[in-house]
Amino acid sequence: MNPEPDTPQNHDEARRTFLKQSSVLTAMALVPSPVVSAAAAELDETVAAAFEKVPLKLEINGKKYNLKVEPRTTLLDLLREQLHLTGTKKGCDYGQCGACTVHVDGQRVNSCLSFAVMHDGRKVTTIEGLADGDKLHPMQEAFVKHDGFQCGYCTPGQIMSAVACVREGHADSETEIREYMSGNICRCGAYSNIVAAIQDVKQGGQKV
Amino acid sequence: MNQFQYVRATKQQAAIEAVAKDANAKFIAGGTNLVDLMKRGIMTPQKIVDINRLPLAKIEHQANGLLIGALALNSAVADHQLVRERQPLLALALNAGASAQLRNMATVGGNMLQRTRCSYFYDLAMPCNKREPGTGCGALEGVNRMHAIFGASDKCIAVHPSDMSVALVALDATVLVSGPQGDRRIAFADLHRLPGDTPEKDTNLAPGELITAVEVPDGPFTKHVHYQKVRERASYAFALVSAAAALDLDGTTIKAARLAMGGVAHKPWRLTAAEQFLVGKPATEETFRQAATVAMQGAKAFKYNAYKLRLAPNTLVQALKTATAA
Repeated sequence: MNPEPDTPQNHDEARRTFLKQSSVLTAMALVPSPVVSAAAAELDETVAAAFEKVPLKLEINGKKYNLKVEPRTTLLDLLREQLHLTGTKKGCDYGQCGACTVHVDGQRVNSCLSFAVMHDGRKVTTIEGLADGDKLHPMQEAFVKHDGFQCGYCTPGQIMSAVACVREGHADSETEIREYMSGNICRCGAYSNIVAAIQDVKQGGQKV
Repeated sequence: MNQFQYVRATKQQAAIEAVAKDANAKFIAGGTNLVDLMKRGIMTPQKIVDINRLPLAKIEHQANGLLIGALALNSAVADHQLVRERQPLLALALNAGASAQLRNMATVGGNMLQRTRCSYFYDLAMPCNKREPGTGCGALEGVNRMHAIFGASDKCIAVHPSDMSVALVALDATVLVSGPQGDRRIAFADLHRLPGDTPEKDTNLAPGELITAVEVPDGPFTKHVHYQKVRERASYAFALVSAAAALDLDGTTIKAARLAMGGVAHKPWRLTAAEQFLVGKPATEETFRQAATVAMQGAKAFKYNAYKLRLAPNTLVQALKTATAA
């Protein structure tokens, strides 16, 4: 069991407390009234008003986090802005480029298109969690070996997607790899080398 | 993005009531469309009811056919052995949509309720009767190359973007719905609607009604099926035109056909007249061409989408040819 890390969000706690206090009167006026009725009827386990932060438990790269997030915080923004796990990239922020791909409970998803609170209790793996200490993951090694990138911005998403592609059993041919990697856009056009890296890992038979 | 109240539902009825009594409330499942629209300020719900913890993700076979829970993921449905064996057309259509990552998030219920990708709907600086009733339609006299050729009105010429729904309408699916007034069943062809004078309404669902499952009846369409999607790149793009074809063949004679097109109307477009035309005829390209002519009756193009008047029948013929050879 890992100890609970000192989450980076605490660094700004004083400033945020001030902001929260100074904005609370404004926010009160904006609270939708059903918050009271929904809670009173015991409809749901979690009801948070618009200005409140919601408690959120996540396991990220093997570490357990007890967090508080605004409901509108996407999983991507939580990772990058609150937890400073900036390996996961924000490309388009609309689910069109795949740069933000992470694994949630082992499945690849676009972290930009869901609210972090929706993932309460789940396990998230980002590019930072792929290597075993200093030993790169076989897919990372293959991307280096085959020059599977130029500028590198899409690479974390490509690698997370590539690992999932092999695990899902969708890497049996070049055609299949291209189809199942189509959610990751590379503006540099490193596609043929990315395909070669994935084929290398697949044919190498290493555990991914 | 606007702030909103977040409610995580653990009981179906509570979720329904929460949305039914608040016009500014929305269910959220995968979020792949709603979060996108909220980031752009196109939808601004004041309350989000998270239904992901409701037990609605089962995929099972019952007496009438497949019963697929509304929260079943697109990827889970496409990969499910029951679906691949009994309704391969549905699996093909699902895998033609979005990307592997999005299919791991998007649910069956959410897929059918996704909004149009009309660029005028997405552009807050442009008029759009669907986004803001009464402001006009930017696409009508605009760059309408992606737009409808069937069933459009002078208020809206947008198309429905779902691939999965094209297969479901062809396969005579039924949508199971639960609402404040109780449960009801909706024939898939009646779920979505044509724009008419109220394009802000995509479907015939009442406020607070929640899709709980979709039922796909068993049928003979387990072999000769194909989903042909034409798009501007090889993968991960919305359809210009798509066609779902399912044939029941006796040798080379067509016993029954199920046909629908996507990217051509405000709803997934079932082609019943063309289906009836095919019954008893030989499965040849010539027959398919004639059926496509039947299918295209009533089509009307706008300034920039006249290409669809040729692309749509050609896509349908290709789908039928590939289905026959499958």
